[in-house]
Amino acid sequence: MTTQSPPEAVEAPVEFVAPSRLSASQRFVATVVRSREASIVLVLVLVIVAATIASPSFLFAETSWRDLLLTPSILMLLAVGQAVVVITRSVDLSVGSVLGLTAYLTGRLFVDTNLPIVVVALAAIALGAVLGMVNGLVVALARVPALVITLGTLYIYRGIVLSWAGSNRINASDMPDAFGRLGTQSVLGLPILFLVAVAVLVAVGYYLHTARGGREMYAIGSDPDAAVLYGLPVRRRVFAAFVLSGGLAGLAGVVYAARYGTISSSAGTGIELQAVAAVVIGGVAIFGGSGTVWGAAIGAILLVTINRALPIVGIPDFWQQALVGVLILGAIVLDRILAARRARILVEARDAQGATA
Amino acid sequence: MSTTTTTAGRTRDYPSYSRPLWWRIAFTRESAVIALLVGVLLWAIYGVLYFGTQLTMTFLFLDIAPILLIALPMTAVIVTGEIDLSVASVVGLSSSVLGLLVHHGWSVPLAALVCLVVGLACGALNGFLIAYVGLPSLAVTIGTLALFRGIAVGLLGTTAVTTFPSRWTSLAKAQIGSTGVPVIVIPIVVLAIVFTLLLHFSGFGRGVYDIGLNREAAEFTGVRVARTKFTLFLLTAAVSAFAGIYFTLRFSSSRGDNATGLELQVIAAVLLGGVSIFGGRGGLHGVIAGVLLIGALSSALRLLGVTVNVINIIIGLLLVASVVSTSVLAWISETSARRKNRGRRPSDLPQHAPPGVRTKEKEA
Repeated sequence: MTTQSPPEAVEAPVEFVAPSRLSASQRFVATVVRSREASIVLVLVLVIVAATIASPSFLFAETSWRDLLLTPSILMLLAVGQAVVVITRSVDLSVGSVLGLTAYLTGRLFVDTNLPIVVVALAAIALGAVLGMVNGLVVALARVPALVITLGTLYIYRGIVLSWAGSNRINASDMPDAFGRLGTQSVLGLPILFLVAVAVLVAVGYYLHTARGGREMYAIGSDPDAAVLYGLPVRRRVFAAFVLSGGLAGLAGVVYAARYGTISSSAGTGIELQAVAAVVIGGVAIFGGSGTVWGAAIGAILLVTINRALPIVGIPDFWQQALVGVLILGAIVLDRILAARRARILVEARDAQGATA
Repeated sequence: MSTTTTTAGRTRDYPSYSRPLWWRIAFTRESAVIALLVGVLLWAIYGVLYFGTQLTMTFLFLDIAPILLIALPMTAVIVTGEIDLSVASVVGLSSSVLGLLVHHGWSVPLAALVCLVVGLACGALNGFLIAYVGLPSLAVTIGTLALFRGIAVGLLGTTAVTTFPSRWTSLAKAQIGSTGVPVIVIPIVVLAIVFTLLLHFSGFGRGVYDIGLNREAAEFTGVRVARTKFTLFLLTAAVSAFAGIYFTLRFSSSRGDNATGLELQVIAAVLLGGVSIFGGRGGLHGVIAGVLLIGALSSALRLLGVTVNVINIIIGLLLVASVVSTSVLAWISETSARRKNRGRRPSDLPQHAPPGVRTKEKEA
């Protein structure tokens, strides 16, 4: 995948990039502006501006501001978990089924027991983590491709929720009012569920950026063989990524229950491909090792916002999926161009270094 | 963890040739799937009421026809180490186009021809981006999955075209004489023979396996890697478009969301049939047995009154078990070989690439 530098280039430690002359704050701004994520933010802003010009109520009406932030929360949670898995060069296709199962568990617990909301939410997250653990165990221990295993568990988990729920449907009236209010309440103008998603995003983003485990996940994704030879705990990290993805899908199930109020056995069907799409649009390379959860989360917001903006700018929302497809293709082509440019700059820097040395 | 890339220079070890021929034929993934299929068929015919009847068999073939058709080219695509997730969307798009054109007064054969051309165009887009631009197929075909499905849904909106000339809709369900074998089996058999010749008995097919085993080596031995991949994506999309025409006529319903999720069923069947997701390994006999196994099992279970949910669970378990078993078998044979060869250097042992970790040459 990646082009390795030839072995003879390691005679002396060569520094390719000179230390920056900018101050730390200038450097930060430059990094943010030039980042891959900035391009998605730009597209997102364009979509919102276009929709707002077509119909000012898209942004400025009381409820639409809330919806703008609230609707993407579920996909954001899934995209964050998916991004971590993809960064370690795996993929988790079972998240949609995990979401369905945990959303139904949430509703079921409210119907059958009088447990407090927090306990129910924790139970759903725990179930999601256990389901993710099954994925992780099989992938990490049996060393089989994640695509196949999670495709299998996609069927299995969905089959379980289908036989458990049957044609039952849990309605908002079956759940406590306080839980339903979670879906609509706001703090300082920001919906609670959105804040939950952002809190998760910040925690995971910080972990991936700074913690040893997070950096090791990038290392594993960019070259699994090298990671093994270097002595990184590959199995443990991949396992952890799947548990995290499952747990976040469980949390997304709780959010789903709070947001929509009605839960049937088909909740979350097909959302796994949207989560992968959000991750790809957000600039996480599908073969791991690069990208950030920030990008994945913005990708998720972009996907959901486009869905809502299209009817407003006069395009029937049937075309939404086609536009999403164009966005995904555009994102991977853009990534390829950026990667080629980066490789060229590095090669030029090396050649220049070689000429002066 | 055999990540060492050192090749033992002295003795060339071909572990698979150390066994007699019958052993090598009997103990493969493909024979395991075929044996399982025979077992399930025997159990169903003798143990399940009505399974052996003509009607059940007819419907069995009518139901699995789209999966069986698409699984043929999909096998070749996966053998090269790529994947095509957009097939079900091509089925949907082909269905939409057929409905739209027939609705506007076109004749069915002409409209079907346009569908095949649309399918080829879809395949050309996939193939160009993957083979010539060099983008990862997983990402590209997730993108075109959304794109083609979006166009299919966008073309028809919420409407569904349900009026087709009865001549053609009855042809899709017709049987050959009174044998109970549906007419759709004819194109399936023809395509199965064509793809078997292409994949197993032609230079092109050898190239396909070459690419899956080692892309760079294939390039150096003169395999036209890009052109081969491009051709395979064209074929997959064209066959999917044909499956879309069949799907539409069989249910005489053209909707943008026809066959949603079929791609996962196709891939599940192909992988169950013993094709390695990393490429370079697998055969069409195993894949056909895999598709028939899923079809026969779900048909028999349905007759027993088992719900589709449980069938989903069983198919999922089969898929996971089939992949895990390969890994476990490889691990067992590796440890037993190590015990037998105690005292020899580990690098003399046959190097099996660990399934979870791609070795350098495989992914290049």
